[in-house]
Amino acid sequence: MTELTLVEAIQTALARALSDDENVILLGEDIGRDGGVFRATDGLIERFGAARVRDTPLSEATIAGVSVGLATQGFLPVAEIQFMGFIYPAIDQMLNHASRLRSRTRGRLACPMVVRAPYGAGIHAPEHHSESTEALFCHIPGLRVVIPSSPARGYGLLLSAIRDPDPVIFLEPKRIYRSIHEDVVDDGTALALDHGFILRAGHDVTLISWGAMISETLAAAERLSADDIDCEVIDLATLKPFDKPLVLESVSRTGRCVIVHEAALTGGFGGEIAASIAEEGLFNLLAPIKRVAGFDTIVPMAKLEDHYLVSGSRIRQAVKEVMEFS
Amino acid sequence: MSHDEQGESAGAAKHLCPSERVESFEIRYHSCLDPNGNVKGAAPAFANDRDLMVNLYRGMVRTRTFDEKAVALQRTGRLGTYASSLGQEAVGVATAAAMRPDDVLLPSFREHGAQLWRGVSPLELLQYWSGDERGSDFKAQRLDFPVSIPVASHIPHACGVGLAMKIRAENRAALAIFGDGATSKGEFYEAINMAGVWDLPVVFVVCNNQWAISVPRSRQSAAQTLAQKAISAGIEGFQVDGNDPIAVYDGCTYALDRARNAGSPTLIEAVTYRLGDHTTADDARRYRSDDLVSPHWKQDPIARLRTFLTHTLDWTRQEEETLIADCVSEMEKAVQTYLALAPEPVEAMFDWLFEIAPRALMEQRKQAIGLTDMPGDGS
Repeated sequence: MTELTLVEAIQTALARALSDDENVILLGEDIGRDGGVFRATDGLIERFGAARVRDTPLSEATIAGVSVGLATQGFLPVAEIQFMGFIYPAIDQMLNHASRLRSRTRGRLACPMVVRAPYGAGIHAPEHHSESTEALFCHIPGLRVVIPSSPARGYGLLLSAIRDPDPVIFLEPKRIYRSIHEDVVDDGTALALDHGFILRAGHDVTLISWGAMISETLAAAERLSADDIDCEVIDLATLKPFDKPLVLESVSRTGRCVIVHEAALTGGFGGEIAASIAEEGLFNLLAPIKRVAGFDTIVPMAKLEDHYLVSGSRIRQAVKEVMEFS
Repeated sequence: MSHDEQGESAGAAKHLCPSERVESFEIRYHSCLDPNGNVKGAAPAFANDRDLMVNLYRGMVRTRTFDEKAVALQRTGRLGTYASSLGQEAVGVATAAAMRPDDVLLPSFREHGAQLWRGVSPLELLQYWSGDERGSDFKAQRLDFPVSIPVASHIPHACGVGLAMKIRAENRAALAIFGDGATSKGEFYEAINMAGVWDLPVVFVVCNNQWAISVPRSRQSAAQTLAQKAISAGIEGFQVDGNDPIAVYDGCTYALDRARNAGSPTLIEAVTYRLGDHTTADDARRYRSDDLVSPHWKQDPIARLRTFLTHTLDWTRQEEETLIADCVSEMEKAVQTYLALAPEPVEAMFDWLFEIAPRALMEQRKQAIGLTDMPGDGS
């Protein structure tokens, strides 16, 4: 067992996948000799060669498009888009082809591919580097959207995503790439997709989050315990399809729910969770559902960035409000 | 600004620094038959292969017969919107004829000729264009991609397929066909660029039918040829007469051999003409007059090859009549089978989306089946 950061865990999972299955191919910008701008592919070209760890021209649409082609031929491409802000040209490929090829050929051709991208704010990166637009992908039928929140879950979920027979968008919260250390067993054990994780059991209120916001949410839960508020914390991990039974069961016990996400409030994935609880768990609620989310603004650059990010105090405030309601 | 001034400022003469030529390029146009079906100069040896020439001819007649049936079905409310390939049959048919069975075709939506040649059945094409998605689950052609409706976005897939062949050191090639409009799009440039950098066994065929719906070739690009776009990617590119099946076959055979043997990509611009509307939902007279179109009937690839066959390979009237009767009979049978087909059950829209279906999707599936069981008008 080794203590790893999230980015090291991603690298370890990629290495594991490459050595376990010769059909796994990595492609992306600067992933070869440079090891990726965040070093997620560090050392992989040396171990597995330039044919399997491929530096591409600057072509996000075609990185995804080539992955579609490779996937139909039995390869398991894992594409890296350097930053989420540059993923949008690839949406055409994901929406018009990867997500629907199996269906439109009635199973004749399939797209077992992963598109990885670092996402989210909090590292004072240049403009266009800080958005959390996961909800865009959650709206596309035929895709899975997975977001890890810790090194161990990063390792296990990425292996599952690579082995999954259908396309997966795998978004890595870059703010916690190096801030969390966790024991990771590199034994090839994957963590099932489509399942959430209860990271902390509690009786009073269910906090639901994903990605970098899990750290803030867990910290808020810890602080609130001092006020005798017992929070349950769920890491959604797979957003599409999200683990609705887990969410409904938790909320049925606590009667209260606060959803925390970094992405802009309007059209954010928190709305989908809230709607599901309203549809199927309304009468278990003791208080209105609260969403603590990014503002509906462009993510500001470095000088104002910290004011945009959801803070522990905003989460604690929302929890106190639902507790005070009843 | 006067014309003289424009000319001077645009020319090299005004530049003061010395310059030298660092690279020069040439785009060649290949053709074998003139519009009357006569051989220009020396024909390639395969042009004497009567079976091959007759098969090319049969492929084109078959395609046009299918086209006529499909348009008639659409006009009588029995088929969805359909994109006719009238006038450009030589491109699809001769391209596919140059391919080997284990190559992979990635077609745009107007390449019925290529698809039929590659073993997609007329029934499957009718299914697809009627909105039955089983039509892309080709029974006899398991390798080829379904048509791409979004323009140019399938071109990168050919790079992925070609890369798979290259990594496995297979002696195969991927071939993508797309229209002139597609060459204005980013994914086209990205794909030919990547094919060049990675030296992929891919053939890119531009079926330049001069029209992207209503926009003529001259308004699509200021490039003198579309083949020259290959130069920007550092790959080989040339034009062929797209209404000359011998030239198309020759160009594609050359490019496919190059892909298989050298693993290198080629861009072929097949210059043809769209004689029909963009689709059955289009009325081309809104943007081009019949006077503009009618001269192009003289370039008809089917009439041209028929003349060649008659003059050079003793094609008989009896053979012609038999061939046409065969094609008509095949298409009529396909239509009868098509019209008798029951649609897929409603759950088909769920059943192929994922290999491992999410639970929530299965709940929606149940709901959809339940809706069809409900009494009422089904709305």
